[in-house]
Amino acid sequence: MGSHGIKDQVAIIGMGCTKFAEHWDKSLDDLIIDAAQSTYNSAGVEQSDVDAFWFGTSQSAASGLALAGPLKIQGKPVTRVENYCATGSEAMRQAAYAVASGAYDVVMAVGAEKVKDGGYQGLNAFPIPTDGTQRTLTAAAMFSLILPAYSNKYGIDENELRYVIAKIAEKNHHNGARNPLAQFRRETSAEQICEMAAVAGKLSVFDCAGVADGAAGVILCRADQAHRYTDNPLHIKALSVVTGTGAGSLDPDYDYTTLDECRWAADDAYAQAGVTDPRSEIALAEVHDCFTPTELVLMEDLGFADRGTAWSEVLAGAFDLDGRLPVNTDGGLKAFGHPVGASGLRMLYEVWLQLRGEAPDDRRIPATDRTLGLTHNLGGYPGEMVSFVGIYGTEPG
Amino acid sequence: MRGVIAAGAYIPRGRLDRQEITATFGKGGGSGTRSVASYDEDTTTMGAEAARCVLRDSDSVDPDSLWFATSSPAYLEKTNAAAIHAALRLPRSAGALDLGGAIRSGIGALRTALAGNGTTLVVASDMRDGLVTSSDEAAGGDGASAVLVGDESAGPVIAEYIGSGVVTDEMLERWRIPGARRSRTWEERFGEAAYAPLIDLAFADALADSAVSAADIDHLIFTGMHQRAVSRNRRRLGVDDAKSVDDLSRVIGNTGTAHPTLILASILERAEPGETIMVMMLADGVEAIVLRVTDAITEHQSTHSVETQLTQSAPISYGKFLSWRGMVDIEPPNRPAPNRPSAAAAHRRADWKFGFVGTRDRSSGMIHMPPARVSQKGGAVDDMEEAPMADTAGTIASFTIDKLVYSPSPPVVFAVVDFDGGGRTPIELTDVEPDEVQIGDRVEPTFRRLFTSDEIHNYFWKVRPLRTAASDEDS
Repeated sequence: MGSHGIKDQVAIIGMGCTKFAEHWDKSLDDLIIDAAQSTYNSAGVEQSDVDAFWFGTSQSAASGLALAGPLKIQGKPVTRVENYCATGSEAMRQAAYAVASGAYDVVMAVGAEKVKDGGYQGLNAFPIPTDGTQRTLTAAAMFSLILPAYSNKYGIDENELRYVIAKIAEKNHHNGARNPLAQFRRETSAEQICEMAAVAGKLSVFDCAGVADGAAGVILCRADQAHRYTDNPLHIKALSVVTGTGAGSLDPDYDYTTLDECRWAADDAYAQAGVTDPRSEIALAEVHDCFTPTELVLMEDLGFADRGTAWSEVLAGAFDLDGRLPVNTDGGLKAFGHPVGASGLRMLYEVWLQLRGEAPDDRRIPATDRTLGLTHNLGGYPGEMVSFVGIYGTEPG
Repeated sequence: MRGVIAAGAYIPRGRLDRQEITATFGKGGGSGTRSVASYDEDTTTMGAEAARCVLRDSDSVDPDSLWFATSSPAYLEKTNAAAIHAALRLPRSAGALDLGGAIRSGIGALRTALAGNGTTLVVASDMRDGLVTSSDEAAGGDGASAVLVGDESAGPVIAEYIGSGVVTDEMLERWRIPGARRSRTWEERFGEAAYAPLIDLAFADALADSAVSAADIDHLIFTGMHQRAVSRNRRRLGVDDAKSVDDLSRVIGNTGTAHPTLILASILERAEPGETIMVMMLADGVEAIVLRVTDAITEHQSTHSVETQLTQSAPISYGKFLSWRGMVDIEPPNRPAPNRPSAAAAHRRADWKFGFVGTRDRSSGMIHMPPARVSQKGGAVDDMEEAPMADTAGTIASFTIDKLVYSPSPPVVFAVVDFDGGGRTPIELTDVEPDEVQIGDRVEPTFRRLFTSDEIHNYFWKVRPLRTAASDEDS
């Protein structure tokens, strides 16, 4: 028994990503087709070269038919995947494991979400019949619980902490302003964000991810066959998912200053990849900044900062584009919005660009000898969530 | 001996200053305040809260019947008393009945219980209002009362039932057709005159039945919806003015069906052994009940007294009052309204939804809210016992204010609460000022209506700042 991972068994040979936006003129099918075509082009393959497909969408469609239909996939297995906000990454994980198992040679994962047809602001959960006792808070409110808890535990003034998380938004918008695929391309200062009205706890609208439509795709193959398609593939070093039991919502010992599932997924992924010091080995990380306090505590849960120090590291610029460990160099959920099924693959797309030296000059990470990139998703709430951590590298093992 | 074993009331926290009505519309209103049920309360939830007070004060006395009277039922056809029965966790063998519609049904239920047998919990609850600027709007109040009635063998009787007088008279004095937004009344003078001889008759019958004289009455509770008939006719009885009980109308208003028993509950908090109480109500005739306070009253403690509840209040603006009563529609957040609860799912989990009963893992002792079959600690399967949490206070571990989510009255104040002795659950706060909530605040569960969707009232528990014995905690 054990979590062994599939280090260096599967390679990424092509990726595509649509612009994330309020695509009033594009349907879910349009987004799927656009993402799939750019992914095929990137890998230099035809749709008929792909042996099996995984489709990640949270609420926009059901079953593999939603991918097979628009792409006219004939006679191939297509599986729909859903796992909250980790949906896109999960689709890729299932696809990768299918290759590692030897079942298929070339596979594709597509993640897509059409949010803006819903008619409401924000993301809204699919209604499931219940006894009516489940809470109906917004995710913003649930994540806002982190702030008072963190400030209490580490003795940081809540207003100062409020400024720290605004700096996280400022950083991500700075990066997003340099990304043509991002939904929001305007820079915003922490000072401006601090002046905005609170909507959930101390969080303003600018502490929340935007809402956008989008799609992204990835093609994977056996690592030993990657050279047939590209000279510079990325190699999957680790894929980890940890799904909480909801302990934090039950257990008085949980203090809302950490996201256990993320910590566990990171530990598992580092073990799979053989990473012993993420701060010196990871070149960039794309993390799930659904709300600014989330990114704050993630820096500690992912091992990028010591406990109780992420706030000062943020102020010191450690995670800026030119910092010691750049985080969300593409602009993150803050600048991209969060089409749930697509977000995980959008993050991987940035790692794909950065590690292969294809990111544009104005948002390229500093040159180092580090060869690894990390993507992270979480879905759910503090105390009860799904978490994904993936690690990818330019060098085969 | 048969009589009252315990009595209590629930007065919602909100108070509307009647001057606000006058200031807004240039008429209506008046002086003083009236009580206002919160947006998440209805006659059922208030009735449950009043009943909880009474059962807390009479521990180990189990009623075999629950009677619920209101002129403003949350449901028709469906038994509202069944929801209260579930919130109180009464045994299934205990009956639950609604005595609906007429304002007289509250005091009538009490008299019937006193004159009958068995142990009966009589709950009366009402929400009173009318059209904007009407006298019903200003003079009405919201509240509930509960009286536990039984024989001495069931528990110590604090007020013995010694007699009653009843007069029934068909008259068109006050009425409302089902579904109507307001009540109608005939010309005032008619009722005043029509009630006069009925009062004499009922009073004489009650005195004769209980073998007391007017001079023996120490506390006269004389109520009814017809204000003029009440105020003008009281003196006919020949009871000393000083014996007339303050009907609290200047502070909480007239709570209709609940009112006579609500005032009775407040009198029992200060009555002395041997005193005689007469409760009378004018409603399509007259009901009169005579009780004699016993020595057991000295041992009786009220954990949630009317007197304290009168002081634990907060002003409610007229705008809020009107929106909560559905008289004006407020723009909601642009989020989907909640889904209706599933009847089947709610039925399976009635203990949790209505009784706030979690489970405790026998091996690890961990409390699970909501109930679980598999333990979070240790993973034991199906080794849980019931963990009733409704009477357990807790402490706010963290909280937030959600201005984005749908609510019948935004914003939602939400907290993670750690309950005394174990158990944590994230839960909505109510009866709070959002900017006054702090980590470490003490709270207690309260039975509320979360929302109504597809004509289904979604009942569940929230927490509110600790009211029970609040002063003890502070000192």
